[in-house]
Amino acid sequence: MNAELITFIILAIIAIAAALGMLFSQSAIYSALFLVLNFGTVAVFYILLNAPFIAMAQVSVYAGAIMVLFLFVIMLLGTELLPPSKALPWQRPLAIFLAVILFGESIYLLFIRNVTTGDVPQPVETFGSPQAVGQALFTSYLLPFEITSVLLLIAMVGAIVLTIREKGK
Amino acid sequence: MVPVTDYVALSAILFTIGALGVLIRRNPLIIFMSIELMLNAANLAIVAFTRVRIVLEGQIFVFFVMTVAAAEVAVGLALIVAIFRTKHSINIDDMNNLKG
Repeated sequence: MNAELITFIILAIIAIAAALGMLFSQSAIYSALFLVLNFGTVAVFYILLNAPFIAMAQVSVYAGAIMVLFLFVIMLLGTELLPPSKALPWQRPLAIFLAVILFGESIYLLFIRNVTTGDVPQPVETFGSPQAVGQALFTSYLLPFEITSVLLLIAMVGAIVLTIREKGK
Repeated sequence: MVPVTDYVALSAILFTIGALGVLIRRNPLIIFMSIELMLNAANLAIVAFTRVRIVLEGQIFVFFVMTVAAAEVAVGLALIVAIFRTKHSINIDDMNNLKG
């Protein structure tokens, strides 16, 4: 057992525990904080997989921006104070049954397709570095990159239009 | 490197937990978080395959998935705030106005 495998196993346990914590917390704030922990461990996986730029984007965009937005909305709505409503009686067993089917299918496919298990070649030193990703983004993938900026602008305008309060209403 | 099978299995576990969250929880904020978890699991699988194949395109794709997720969260949370203002509830079972 090498150090990388031990790191992987420990982080995988933390990631799964954080995801389960998010699923079963009664408080939405705790759920959000568990999800931040999960995103942090996934960022470390990205570093292990030679993707430092994606790891930094994961921390700043997901764990930073998106989860702050979540926490902000949770506290703005104050839905912690609302009484919990009754769930449909058959919902939980059916959901667990469907989730088990989904998981079984994916694991079955994983083993039937026999993904590469041999030695993986070591990439060059700069693989996945901000420089390499930036070079690809601004040359081969310039048009998708620009469309993304328009998409973000649309999202921003949409969010403002949806939440703005008109005077006199 | 850790075998790519392990990464894909972990990704499958996280994706299943996210799907379970969408099905079980009735708070739309938690449902949103579960969707983010599923997107994240898919990203993890993509980056693992990118590392095996040593092609940068996978990482570029993950970058675009992240930006789309950010846009989706901004609009989705604005929708939840707007719904809360009109209905004074964010229970997903109360949003059944279109039910015949």
